[in-house]
Amino acid sequence: MAMVLNEEQEMLKDMAKGFLTEKAPVSQLRSLRDSGGTDGFDRGTWGAMAEMGWAGVVVPEEHDGVAMGYQAAGLIAEEMGRTLTASPYVSTAIMGATALNKYGSADQKNEWLPKLAAGGALMAVAVDEARKHAPSSVATKAERAGNGFKLSGEKSFVADGSVADALIVSARTEGAEGDEDGITLFLVPRDSAGLSAEAKSMVDSRNAATIKLDGVELTADAVLGEVDGGYQPLEVILNAGRAGLAAEMSGSAQECLTRTVDYLKERKQFGRTIGEFQALQHRASHLYSEIEVGKSVVMKALQMMDQAPEMAGLMVSAAKAKLGQVAQLAAQESIQMHGGIGMTDEFDIGFFIKRVRVAEALYGDANFHTERYARLRGF
Amino acid sequence: MSDDLEKFREETRAWLEENCPEEMRTPMSVDTNACWGGKKFKFESDAQKLWLDRMAERGWTVPEWPKEYGGGGLSKAEAKILAAEMKRIKARPPLISFGIWMLGPALLKYGSEEQKQEHIPKIVRGEIRWAQGYSEPNSGSDLASLQTKCEDKGDHYLINGQKVWTSYADEADWIFVLVRTDPEAKKHEGISFILVDMDQPGVTTKPIKLISGKSPFCETFFDDAKAEKDAIVGGLNKGWTVAKYLLTHEREMISGMGSGSMRPIGDIAAQQIGLDEQGRLADPILRADVARMEIDGLAFMATMERFKDEAKAGQGTGANSSMLKYYGTELNKKRLELMMDSAGSDGLEWGAEEDVAAQWLRTKANSIEGGTSEVQLNVISKRILELPGA
Repeated sequence: MAMVLNEEQEMLKDMAKGFLTEKAPVSQLRSLRDSGGTDGFDRGTWGAMAEMGWAGVVVPEEHDGVAMGYQAAGLIAEEMGRTLTASPYVSTAIMGATALNKYGSADQKNEWLPKLAAGGALMAVAVDEARKHAPSSVATKAERAGNGFKLSGEKSFVADGSVADALIVSARTEGAEGDEDGITLFLVPRDSAGLSAEAKSMVDSRNAATIKLDGVELTADAVLGEVDGGYQPLEVILNAGRAGLAAEMSGSAQECLTRTVDYLKERKQFGRTIGEFQALQHRASHLYSEIEVGKSVVMKALQMMDQAPEMAGLMVSAAKAKLGQVAQLAAQESIQMHGGIGMTDEFDIGFFIKRVRVAEALYGDANFHTERYARLRGF
Repeated sequence: MSDDLEKFREETRAWLEENCPEEMRTPMSVDTNACWGGKKFKFESDAQKLWLDRMAERGWTVPEWPKEYGGGGLSKAEAKILAAEMKRIKARPPLISFGIWMLGPALLKYGSEEQKQEHIPKIVRGEIRWAQGYSEPNSGSDLASLQTKCEDKGDHYLINGQKVWTSYADEADWIFVLVRTDPEAKKHEGISFILVDMDQPGVTTKPIKLISGKSPFCETFFDDAKAEKDAIVGGLNKGWTVAKYLLTHEREMISGMGSGSMRPIGDIAAQQIGLDEQGRLADPILRADVARMEIDGLAFMATMERFKDEAKAGQGTGANSSMLKYYGTELNKKRLELMMDSAGSDGLEWGAEEDVAAQWLRTKANSIEGGTSEVQLNVISKRILELPGA
């Protein structure tokens, strides 16, 4: 597959850039933070995005989506990374839609996908239980109760967990903690009795929640996919989110470089524009090189998600690991090259290092994915 | 695929089956497996010569060059099919040379009709081996400060000076040289690109022994060497333009070293170090380094592919060849450092059959030759980031 955008993708990218720059720039994130609201995103902006088809970007047309695929989904995420737009896009439009579309029953799809594509339903994926990402470490129990299941346990670092209308929860139906077999995925409505969400305010000014499941009773219809066979689908759902976050981080890294290079051309010290100093030129040029290399592996990962999602794990881990490292380098270098002003809250560049830290950690940090890459490669 | 291309594929497959000798369908493992051509070249086997002659006759040593100069005249799509079919039977390249990688593209772009007619067919057939004369003892990164003198003597040019790092000049027949034809002009504007026959008393070469123990480079001396009046390519004092164009090709070539068909380092390390009971490389720190290396390698190869596709679509910037050169060579150096880590004391043996040590030491030149990493970063700063004063 050619490593260039087609016309449809170019148009989508331009449209996303135009919309986000105007309606959801970094200043929106700043005012969301300062207003102290609990949603962590602007519902009006999300509604406008849904109207443009973004919420249904990977949803099939028969369920009211636009079915443009993961490469297109990544382009939107990349533009959101440039503007640091806070939205439930990755958890809902990428991961929630992937989960339902690929593994949902006909009833689940009919109930949720059209709502999701219209922006009327938000989703979150509740997977981790400890401070580090470990999708097979599942202690949350799903015990059989009558015709259904009863869920008990606690999930942490659930992005958009406090605003979601439904959660995709991994729970153990069989086996020991750490086993890949015996994990089942459940689609749990937010208003289920026994489910509580505690919103946490995060360093990136967006929300993650701790989800408590205290004997949540579900019918067998709530199972997403196969009982005991939830791990492989979970990997595909997570891979979609990881590829989306890698694209987002690519956008953030590019924006950090753009802002930094602009600053190097404007700031004067020692009677000269600081961009004339070779020490800074080489830092910026090295960063440029890393970012270009990062962009390519993200594109490969998204193309793999479109072509063979079950086989995409290796490339997705390569992309998430690489971009985790590149975007953090970009965020750190941009503060260094901005000097003192980069440390001030008044200046926007500091928002990037905060968001990138969270995106890097979400669904596996660079170390996790480097290790996973080695495992998948067989060494 | 169109019917025409499908037919081309069938014919190509049949022709290769018929004409590629069995011995030429095995991976290249030692230096002598590569056919460089030229008057001094010794074919290691009849099959190597036969394969070159058969491919050259069709112009398939350079599939996309124009037919009128002996090239294959294939379209991009056809050339892709030929490459795929050769890969299918694991056919070796029939000929590799600086003529193909560097001089040929420059002649096709800047050469006169007579120069193309004279020199290109001999490159295609591997009859003449070319060397490159760019750097001088006092002109390395600052290449445009070169001093090799070239004077117009009416019926010929007279050349005096010294070049250094001339790759394989001791095995070459002709050399393309950057010379100063106008000492009064600004440094970039008094340079010409000239073609010189090395088979004359005024041209001598001396190999330079490197830290790797090998001598891929030479010094080349010009003492009253002569060149024909029509030997300048791209116009008198216009040599810098040709040189820059050619450097782009050289950078692409060097940045591509260390990627592609090589065995992944994770596989090599797994064999050398072994795996623990959980299937992990027994040295956990090397394991992490190797995984990062492979990820960077994947990302880098994807980048070469992306830039190629962007160029085809008329996007991107030519200055990205500097980025590829910088990143690719730094990566290759790291890769060989890890190869040494993995090989342990076996890798420290001097002159061993696999000779990782020689490869490791050789890679240290990658970020110097063809413009140092620092020069590439300067180019990125100036041409891509447009930073002031760069």
